[in-house]
Amino acid sequence: MAPVRLDMDRLIDDRRTRIIVCCGSGGVGKTTAAAAIGLRAAERGRQACVLTVDPARRLAQSMGLTSLDNTPREVDGVDTGGGGSLHAMMLDMKRTFDEIVEAHSDPDRAAQILANPFYQSLSSSFAGTQEYMAMEKLGQLRRADEWDLIVVDTPPSRSALDFLDAPQRLGRFLDGRLIRLLTAPAKTGMSAMRVLNAGFAMMTGALTRILGAQVLKDAQTFVTAFDTMFGGFRERAEATYRLLQAPGTAFLVVAAPEPDALREASYFVERLDAERMPLAGLILNRIHTSQAGRLSAARSLAAAETLETQDRPNEAGSDAPRNTIAIAALRMHAERMHLSKRERRLAEHFTSAHPAIPVAEVIAQPEDVHDLAGLRVVGTILSRPGS
Amino acid sequence: MTTRDTDWDGVRLHVVTGKGGTGKTTVAAALALALASAGRKVLLIEVEGRQGIARLFDCPPLPYEERKVATGLGARGSGPGGDVYALAVDPEGALLDYLEMFYNLRRTGKALTRLGVVDFATTIAPGLSDVLVTGKATEAARRRVNRRDDSHVYHAVVMDAPPTGRISRFLDVSTEVGSLAKVGPIRTHADTVARVIRSPQTAVHFVTTLEEMPVQETLDGITDLSERTGGAIRPGGIFINMARPAMLDDADLAAAADGTLDVTELAVSLKAAGISDNHGLAADLMTELGEHAQQVALQNRERDELLTSGHPHYELPMIPEGIDLASLYQLATALRDQGAA
Repeated sequence: MAPVRLDMDRLIDDRRTRIIVCCGSGGVGKTTAAAAIGLRAAERGRQACVLTVDPARRLAQSMGLTSLDNTPREVDGVDTGGGGSLHAMMLDMKRTFDEIVEAHSDPDRAAQILANPFYQSLSSSFAGTQEYMAMEKLGQLRRADEWDLIVVDTPPSRSALDFLDAPQRLGRFLDGRLIRLLTAPAKTGMSAMRVLNAGFAMMTGALTRILGAQVLKDAQTFVTAFDTMFGGFRERAEATYRLLQAPGTAFLVVAAPEPDALREASYFVERLDAERMPLAGLILNRIHTSQAGRLSAARSLAAAETLETQDRPNEAGSDAPRNTIAIAALRMHAERMHLSKRERRLAEHFTSAHPAIPVAEVIAQPEDVHDLAGLRVVGTILSRPGS
Repeated sequence: MTTRDTDWDGVRLHVVTGKGGTGKTTVAAALALALASAGRKVLLIEVEGRQGIARLFDCPPLPYEERKVATGLGARGSGPGGDVYALAVDPEGALLDYLEMFYNLRRTGKALTRLGVVDFATTIAPGLSDVLVTGKATEAARRRVNRRDDSHVYHAVVMDAPPTGRISRFLDVSTEVGSLAKVGPIRTHADTVARVIRSPQTAVHFVTTLEEMPVQETLDGITDLSERTGGAIRPGGIFINMARPAMLDDADLAAAADGTLDVTELAVSLKAAGISDNHGLAADLMTELGEHAQQVALQNRERDELLTSGHPHYELPMIPEGIDLASLYQLATALRDQGAA
């Protein structure tokens, strides 16, 4: 079954498209795809901003992402003839978090929170915070309204779903019973303590035994100091989540033709559907094809073997036909056909499970993309009509 | 058993990391198979809850329990090898385990789980859950049969660890926990775990493909690991995965890259093999050969870059048909033949 072709240019030319989110598991080429889409949109007249999380060094350099100041900078070398522009920024997770804390509490309390070891651990760790901060930054950029298209590259988490789940997990965590127990003494004094007494005593007892009294005290201080901001955090997370459900948002799922990556893509597609989040399509990255597809792997291998047996009796003779090149070419071709066939089968598997999802294919590039010219090539391939 | 001379004799805990998409789980599994020679038990641990091991070995999802998943490779020329066990560790199970083992507090642990303590720990301080997970791996690596028989239960433990970008932080448990807990039992536990991880019994292997970004991340990861821990955590081997072997000698490769090979000669050879040059087939094959040459050149460049780090390296071929159980043994054989196990 041939998949529907993703019309990338229509998506980026449509002024109603305000946010494009590139999702997918790690190592599938999300960053490159996001940057290529941003560049193409800018050169087709959009005021585009690319928010990236973890770009390869050389790609970051080529986009001028050398200073980590957490604000979008204009990218040089973009063709602005169409009236567009390209800004790009690399997410500074800790700084984004610090800024929220500073903006939502008085200076004393902010200083207290920033110095707390739990805050420092939370704000600089990779589990969940990066996703939350990426979403927070996206909300900020969208509210700034300086760009008419924001392209987001999601954090390199093991699962594409983390991007959607992490902010909610933080919300659930903040609503959790444990937090209420930890904040209870500060909030309501002893009356609440009495109600919660049994559970609380057992828990603090056990936690003290495992973690030590100081850790528990630090956790309590952190949670209490943070408490006033919790509501704000949750509201912001929910607002950004709603933004992702809004009509101006388009999700692109990026996957390599590998079982794990496509399985992740499948989960993600189903999840988006359940959340009624708008999926624009799948980018199938780094696929292998052959110009000589008319020669099958089996015939190619057989021919290579034929030549190998023919070569042997002539070995001594100087006028022996030089078949080395042909043998190499045929064996190489057979391998390529195998790979291509396998990738095709995996892609078809996805397409038959999700027949309505438009697909754009990007052929594997011989070298990594690390400049605007390379991004332009990827953008062109992404937008090529028909495959 | 004969005295073996592998690159990692004496290493009991093999931590396998790599950038996403480089085949970290596959290499960890192949290494476990290769290490499990006759009479030896090897434990393969998964820590990220993705059930990649179960998928590779084609068995039902792994519980928090050590289960036999495969028979090891066995030494060259001998029969089948020992046993490969597998375990999927999650922070929650590891916490219950820890409480039971050290405090006999399993029931309290369950209550804590219900209260969301584990959620709390993983959200607010991932360092705490990391120490529980790595703690399980080091415990398995040190475990003895019983009081009378003090030989190790597992000859080696192989951990399919978090990706390169997160590995230093994940393994540097004493610093991570130390920033939260200056004293107390969890600190003591972290220090015990850290002693194993920082000993010569532990090696951190990096899986990479011969592509620019994974190679860069590998080199950055090795540097980061050494710098963060002052050289205490040892980078092990570099496992180059999915390498495409060169199909031609250097001179022909160079000519293929330059496009100076003779297409007519190729067409003649094809004809001799019974394949007609319809619609410029020879030219198309020549283009593919040129791309192959380009790829080999790129691979060579990346390999040279990797070798500057001076760590032992192993090379595993690309399996165009995809990874199945048979190809895992094929990769395990390649690792054994190159001295990795």
